[in-house]
Amino acid sequence: MSEKSKLPLAYEAIQEKGWLAAHRYLIARRLSQAFFLVLFLLGPWFGVWWVKGNLAGSLTFDTLPLTDPFVLIQSLAAGHWPVTTAVTGALIVAAVYGLIGGRIYCSWVCPINPVTDAANWLHMKLNLPKGWQPKRGTRYWVFAAVFAVSILTGSIAWEFVNPVTMLHRGLVFGLGFAWTTVLAVFVFDLVVSRRGWCGHICPVGTFYGLLGAGAVLRVSATRRAECDDCLDCFAVCPEPHVITPALRGSDGSTPLILSGDCTNCGRCIDVCAPSVYEFTHRFDQRSAPARPVPSRAGVRVQ
Amino acid sequence: MSAPQSKPPAPNRRRVLTDAARAAGACAVFGLGLAKLATDARALPAEALRPPGALPEADFLGACIRCGLCVRDCPYDTLSLAELGTDGAATGTPFFTAREVPCEMCDDIPCVAACPTGALDPTLTNIDDAKMGIAVLVDEEHCLNALGLRCDVCYRVCPVIDKAITLELQHNERSGHHAIFMPTVHADACTGCGKCEKSCVLPQAAIKVLPTRLARGEAAEHYRLGWEEMQKKGAPVVEGVIDLPDRLPGPGTDNLAAPGGFEPAFKVPGAGQ
Ligand code: SF4
Ligand code: SF4
Ligand code: SF4
Repeated sequence: MSEKSKLPLAYEAIQEKGWLAAHRYLIARRLSQAFFLVLFLLGPWFGVWWVKGNLAGSLTFDTLPLTDPFVLIQSLAAGHWPVTTAVTGALIVAAVYGLIGGRIYCSWVCPINPVTDAANWLHMKLNLPKGWQPKRGTRYWVFAAVFAVSILTGSIAWEFVNPVTMLHRGLVFGLGFAWTTVLAVFVFDLVVSRRGWCGHICPVGTFYGLLGAGAVLRVSATRRAECDDCLDCFAVCPEPHVITPALRGSDGSTPLILSGDCTNCGRCIDVCAPSVYEFTHRFDQRSAPARPVPSRAGVRVQ
Repeated sequence: MSAPQSKPPAPNRRRVLTDAARAAGACAVFGLGLAKLATDARALPAEALRPPGALPEADFLGACIRCGLCVRDCPYDTLSLAELGTDGAATGTPFFTAREVPCEMCDDIPCVAACPTGALDPTLTNIDDAKMGIAVLVDEEHCLNALGLRCDVCYRVCPVIDKAITLELQHNERSGHHAIFMPTVHADACTGCGKCEKSCVLPQAAIKVLPTRLARGEAAEHYRLGWEEMQKKGAPVVEGVIDLPDRLPGPGTDNLAAPGGFEPAFKVPGAGQ
């Protein structure tokens, strides 16, 4: 570990780029999350019905139908063939996320993200142990189980517990005791498992990760040669394992973060003082030399 | 050194196996819990009625994505989405409570038109064909009409008046010389809109809309009503049946039908005497 990794998070980036630039994507993300919530609240709060419905299904300007494809494929698994409107809506949503990155949903839209981010912030602040870290494959098992239950019970299984739609629907239509599931997610991430919910359990995120596996919009460690090993990107990334192959890759390998797990949150771009990262497309062929000097013994194997 | 013939499984392989077993076990427990929730959810409480055209409950839970578009397009704010822990219906699914806000039976059925999934069946185009439940006069001991008074409110407010609900005349045993106008629901025409339950003047409604599964009995498949079969056939169902003399009050001493006396209301067509 270098001396720099002992500095407070994003210290260098703030010094070098200024606070605002070092929080650019974080602020944009919070605005985007608020935007998608307010959009749905305009109707019930102010009587402006641009958008009706909720994240599971909506109608914008009385013409554009959107449907959550994850909910819809559970419905298909349950044996119901939906009418055209819902199918059209799901195809539109799937096409968009398939292009810009499935887990953009997680980091820019999902109302649970601020909750798990807050849990993680507090978790770090309190310096808690990272707790139970489920295996990498756990989320796929959960995902498979959700489908098995949908098929066996003939119902949209995840909707009985899904904190994502429950919170969004709750805020737009009335919460009831749905806040308890949100609290459960917060507590889980705070004390049971660091970054556990979004990183290892939530089948919605798993679905969008798979959906965006071939997405065009990608983060790239283009200037990885400049990396000074402060490790801030690993500290802020909700899925740190996606960084390693791109950042620590050898000369010939791609600097693109190609894993579908990457949420395209752009936080790594924010906190990197030497501006290693940038948003680009997956066909970006620019060469990216690896870091010249191995900073740790054994890191650079060629 | 030569390798032994049969090695114990490599620690690597053993770990993979135990990991897989553990994951499968955890998955099964998680899946069972979820399946329990999913099957519990089918027990829709009796007061929670689904919007017009809703598929049967088990299918509905596989079709409704809980988007609330039906709720938004209902002009009377009849519908709402069930909230976790406060409403009995499955979380997020649309329902209404007749006693609070009944369905006004819109001609254009906006809720069905709004549904993107077909959870509300788009083939329902005539609201009179809706089957949200069936009204039942549950308490004849408190219903004012059943007590011999003239309230009639449930009858008057019914959007399918004289078909779904009629007032049937009965003798009032208590007073001896009045009539009881008994509110009587006819299930084939009742849509279950809940207007009667909403308007019942009693503090607790004497007429209530119940889900069909609670409101209706069911005849055994093989049951035939003899008089209907006979009507259809125009002859006794069993050949050669003898119509026995009807014993009736009348001027004759033998209590049989006699000139000037009562005639039997019904004669077996084509039966020998
Ligand atoms: S028919 Fe009309 S009043 Fe009844 S639930 Fe539908 S939209 Fe509401
Ligand atoms: S519009 Fe259809 S899918 Fe949406 S909540 Fe109503 S019944 Fe369910
Ligand atoms: S409104 Fe109530 S009390 Fe009046 S007749 Fe109907 S059921 Fe009886």
